[in-house]
Amino acid sequence: MKEATLARHEALGLTADQVREMYYYMLLTRRLDERLWLLQRGGKIPFVISPQGQEASQVGAAYAFRRRHDWFTPYYRDLGVNLVAGVTPREVMLSAFARGADPASGGKQMPSHWGNRPLNIVSGSSPVTTQLLHAVGIAHAARMRGDDVVVYTACGEGSSNQGDFHEALNWAGVHKLPVIFLVQNNEYAISVPLTQQVAGGSVAARGQGYGMPGIEVDGTDVLAVYGVVKAAHERARRGEGPTLIEARCIRITSHSSDDDQRRYRDPEEIAAVQARDPIVKARQYLMDHGLLDEAGNQELERKVAAAVDDATDWAEAQPYAAPEEALRHVYKEG
Amino acid sequence: MAVMNLVEAVRETLRAEMRRDPDVWIVGEDVGKKGGVFGATLGLYDEFGPQRVQDSPLTESAIVGVGIGAALYGTKPVCEIQFADFIFPAMNQIVSEAAKMRYRSNGAWTVPMVIRAPFGGGVHGGLYHSQSVEQYFTNTAGLKVVVPSTPYDAKGLLTAAIRDPDPVLFFEHKGLYRAVKGEVPEEDYTIPIGKADVKRDGTDITVIIYGKVVHFCLEAAELLAREGYSALVLDLRTLLPLDREAIVAAARKTGKVLIAHEAGKTHGVGAEVAAIIAEECLFDLDAPIRRLCGPDVPAMPYAGPMEKFYMLSTEKCLAAMRELAQF
Repeated sequence: MKEATLARHEALGLTADQVREMYYYMLLTRRLDERLWLLQRGGKIPFVISPQGQEASQVGAAYAFRRRHDWFTPYYRDLGVNLVAGVTPREVMLSAFARGADPASGGKQMPSHWGNRPLNIVSGSSPVTTQLLHAVGIAHAARMRGDDVVVYTACGEGSSNQGDFHEALNWAGVHKLPVIFLVQNNEYAISVPLTQQVAGGSVAARGQGYGMPGIEVDGTDVLAVYGVVKAAHERARRGEGPTLIEARCIRITSHSSDDDQRRYRDPEEIAAVQARDPIVKARQYLMDHGLLDEAGNQELERKVAAAVDDATDWAEAQPYAAPEEALRHVYKEG
Repeated sequence: MAVMNLVEAVRETLRAEMRRDPDVWIVGEDVGKKGGVFGATLGLYDEFGPQRVQDSPLTESAIVGVGIGAALYGTKPVCEIQFADFIFPAMNQIVSEAAKMRYRSNGAWTVPMVIRAPFGGGVHGGLYHSQSVEQYFTNTAGLKVVVPSTPYDAKGLLTAAIRDPDPVLFFEHKGLYRAVKGEVPEEDYTIPIGKADVKRDGTDITVIIYGKVVHFCLEAAELLAREGYSALVLDLRTLLPLDREAIVAAARKTGKVLIAHEAGKTHGVGAEVAAIIAEECLFDLDAPIRRLCGPDVPAMPYAGPMEKFYMLSTEKCLAAMRELAQF
């Protein structure tokens, strides 16, 4: 009987290579972010805002979308989403170092304010949740033109209290637009815990009020996230409308490099959170299913480290934009 | 050539642009079957259907935010805010998103969209159906702010706004919607955004205005002519970017400048126009620059006598123009 049971990834239609690739992107997300912290602490870059603890949510979700076809209005922590959508480590580092060739903003924006036109990743800002409405507008425009496009958008659970969150869900619900709203609930909005942010404790429950399924999923389980997002993607393509997904994640680091979570979280809580690391969980899955052994894991770590080293060294050597570039691109030029 | 009022000119322009370009679409509250509370989209729902003339939920931030998304995708949304007074829930989307998209993405992403809103008082609208909100936006680089004063200008400017590669706020004075009529050519034409227009040439004083005040000042100029004074009336038409060249030329020509607008005086458009003149041609002036503006109170009161007290009028403009001419 045991042999006849499909492994979870097989049941989802994923090949061994695909699961390994998902893990690669998770690991790349983590190691890039760890490098960013080192660079920040070493005084080489001013700022980091981290996806650590949310890699499974981000990679699992993004993997259900079609690269260079679907559209993305991500939020600031979505490093993993950007990598799966096609942003390279070098491009991430260009943005971190605020270099002129940064494809997101040419060095104008803080890091993690994503944007990549060829990859359909829309430029983001710092006021939270504005991008959810952009996702709805993109979906409307795509439908107007008869295009088969699904839009990814995301925010944190704290942001799910903003008016734009509710306006976006309602509009998408009214018009059954192909948008997937991924709320990555890492249990803290900077220092304020879920209990003081979300009445009732469930973001997913808010979907019902807007005429769409609200699904809660273990955000530390990459296959679980992939499964629900894939189903939502298919639903959207069938014309059945939007889906709200609440991925229950963890936040391993402080909110950002300007924050110290020890001021508002107990050491026991931080330790307990770190024990639920999605990277460890994914690696264990691969090993349990014979998809990765220790030697393979070391090889993967070396490959990721090489990519991070290359991106860091290369990007740091790139020039800043000329100061006068600060005056450009206010209106269409020429 | 057809004679029409300003709201008809807006409607026919929308119709023509939607016929010309299938990517142009309208979104706003009650714009569908009802045709908008002022009738600016009357009949367009029947011609273009609910996808392109879309009734929105009652959410201004979403009207603009959804418009931004649709513009990012490549379509051309014309968003209607039912009254300019209700634009503030959309402030974040306009100022943080639409205005900054091109800049923050280093030119990669752009938001070619139009946000139309009826503004202005004198229609018994009280505090929240009378405001002149344009000055909240005229210090936001990345936006364009346009105010037509005639049906002819409305068509040419709105056509230009819809075809513009950047976000344009298009404020229509509701007191002009049916009060002013004029000839509007049926053929396609545009009026360049950023260019002011000499509505009446003159030699003794220069009046720099926009919106409904243009008509007060044109009437006043006619009356003043009987007293022997000749007034140059410059309609700004675009408040952002301002037409510095036309402002300076008009100021130089007469050496006496009055700037008038219904919006409040402090930190207003008049302050910027006066500063431009002071920077560029102070020594060509023969009199201090005058400003005639709405009072610096939060908004326009409802009761008739207080509303009349607040509003500019032909009489108030005439008095200010006469005083300047006699300086």
